[in-house]
Amino acid sequence: MLIGRGRFIFIKTSDDMGCGYTPGPFAAAAALSPPNRSRIAPLAISAWTATTALGAGIDAQRSGLRDRRSGLRRNDFDTRGLDCWIGRVDGLEQEALPAALSTWDSRNHRLAWHALQQDGFRDRVAAAVARHGAARVAVVMGTSTSSIGETELAYQALADGRFPPELARRQVHSPHALGDFVALATGAAGPTMTIATACSSSAKVFAHAARLIAAGVADAAVVGGVDTLCGSVLYGFNALQLVSAQPCRPFDRDRDGLSLGEAGGYALIERTAAAPEATLRLLGYGESSDAHHMSAPHPEGVGAERAMRDALARAGLEPDAIGYLNLHGTSTPANDSVEAQAVARVFPAALHAGSTKGWTGHTLGAAGIVESVFALIALQDGLLPGTLNSHAPDPACGPQIRFDNAQRPIVHAMNNAFGFGGNNCSLVFGRA
Amino acid sequence: MTASASIPLSATIEGIGLWADGVADWDAFRAIRAGQAARDPAIRRPAPALLPANERRRAPDTVLVALQAAQAACTMAGRAPATLSSVFASTYGDLSITDHLCETLARAPTEVSPTRFHNSVHNAAAGYWTIGTGAMQPATALSAGPAGFAMGLLDALAQLAEGAEAVLLVGYDGPSPGPLHEVAPSAGLLGAALVLARGTAPGRVGIAVDSRAGVATAPLPGIGDGNASLPMLALFDALAAGADQTLLPAGGDHVLRIGLHHD
Repeated sequence: MLIGRGRFIFIKTSDDMGCGYTPGPFAAAAALSPPNRSRIAPLAISAWTATTALGAGIDAQRSGLRDRRSGLRRNDFDTRGLDCWIGRVDGLEQEALPAALSTWDSRNHRLAWHALQQDGFRDRVAAAVARHGAARVAVVMGTSTSSIGETELAYQALADGRFPPELARRQVHSPHALGDFVALATGAAGPTMTIATACSSSAKVFAHAARLIAAGVADAAVVGGVDTLCGSVLYGFNALQLVSAQPCRPFDRDRDGLSLGEAGGYALIERTAAAPEATLRLLGYGESSDAHHMSAPHPEGVGAERAMRDALARAGLEPDAIGYLNLHGTSTPANDSVEAQAVARVFPAALHAGSTKGWTGHTLGAAGIVESVFALIALQDGLLPGTLNSHAPDPACGPQIRFDNAQRPIVHAMNNAFGFGGNNCSLVFGRA
Repeated sequence: MTASASIPLSATIEGIGLWADGVADWDAFRAIRAGQAARDPAIRRPAPALLPANERRRAPDTVLVALQAAQAACTMAGRAPATLSSVFASTYGDLSITDHLCETLARAPTEVSPTRFHNSVHNAAAGYWTIGTGAMQPATALSAGPAGFAMGLLDALAQLAEGAEAVLLVGYDGPSPGPLHEVAPSAGLLGAALVLARGTAPGRVGIAVDSRAGVATAPLPGIGDGNASLPMLALFDALAAGADQTLLPAGGDHVLRIGLHHD
């Protein structure tokens, strides 16, 4: 089976490659019911932050984007010599968790803790906990691999088939380790869950939290995502032949794969009346499934288009209201051409759309929150990132795809995040 | 959830699906709980009809059990799966794949299988489900320790409150192999699913949910013992027994109180 379009061969799959398109007995039952979403109440984003290979906190993201400074470096994380570039966060080896949380130690939780300290985020959550009561502040975190790096380390050090005692800590060897950790670290004690839908995880957290608040289950939510470099993702994406040997070049004619990165970020969302000073808004979300393949996007981007249209419908906006779109733009041949086609069907040529993966790498389960933060920077500063490392536009991609940065005020921004399993999420943000 | 809740969280249960080692379906579960039948040792591996035979052979067992329960719930509800938004809750996902990945990474990292890797995502069951049924509706996958099914239920109810007509909720976990058993304990295969719909319907069970401090209801012994998704069976016990409420763990010292209204 050959998955790809035009001159790009995405993944060569043989028949033992797993779940291809296998429509079941119900598939004929009209999957394509049209979006029927009504407008949702805007939610205030009263605090937000991100830590990536560009540095810790919003200022580091802002200056890195403005100066077009890539955070990618040659792979120095995996010493076994995979030839690729990575977006690594400096200093995580030295970061120490506070004593009360020391049994939660893992690279992922050290990054989660480091990211929580930036931009006064942890203090803002403490204030929200005081304002609403701990049980009314939900925690909805996204990750793809959580602390599996610790599990990998334990397997390298098995003694008589057992984990060494220092790594036999139950609290870290679970996908939900991240949600539990952030709840403990912030004092929020409302409904706590970890969303793990691969690379859409920390975009979907906004949708989950918006629903919980709308339904009256919570008054505020700490949302976000943290993912860290580990063997599973480096060698897993390598096995899928999706890792470039060069810094990734999203939407470039000659792109040949992604660069992996690690990151953590958060947002605090509340009803607008509870955060009168907040100037940024979550206006809409759209979620969809490709119903196509576990690791390749729908060839026409039907699922991606559906997510973008649903997000616009919930925001009550027409496509031409969007001033900046942060694309998923992984730099794999298939993702970028499919996403560009879907964008060209939805948006006018005037849209400024770009991929920031060349700055940070693909941060997987953290991509949703990181790139939402970039969309919030665009709204706040009028700084519209283009696409880094890319030089030769792919003629298959439309005029919306921009390589250069732009500077102009915008009113609404969108962020796309698409994951394995055909799991798509688009978010719309705006100003108060 | 509290006095300040703006919308009461309630729904009608339209469909129920269940598979456990020795328990082929919801009817068998009810018969066993009623003391009218015993577990059947021949029931060892679910075979969801929506996957073709070659996919069934390759798919992880946790995917099979999730799809088996999900499909049964949709059939009972009389709803086409492709029309449903879905929520998949699992404590650990597929631990046999975690074991394979970590073992291979420690020994020969370049030998990681691409199929095993894409099957390792926590939303593998959601992915196979949407592919197998042609569902382009939203699908989500979450983990919340013992509170996983309760958190999935909250999201499903919140989706109904936001406008969805019906939502599929699936909870599942599988056994932890080798060294993982000590740090991620789970035994056997267990999957259970509900199709939840807005409003009330004659002849169907209605549920209403709120949150409070408390101690969760312990499931009856004998089915799903030791499985990480076992806490969800308290709700299925209550449905089988016609009980008027049950308490699911909801994180920390909180429980979801689920009131059941049998029409």
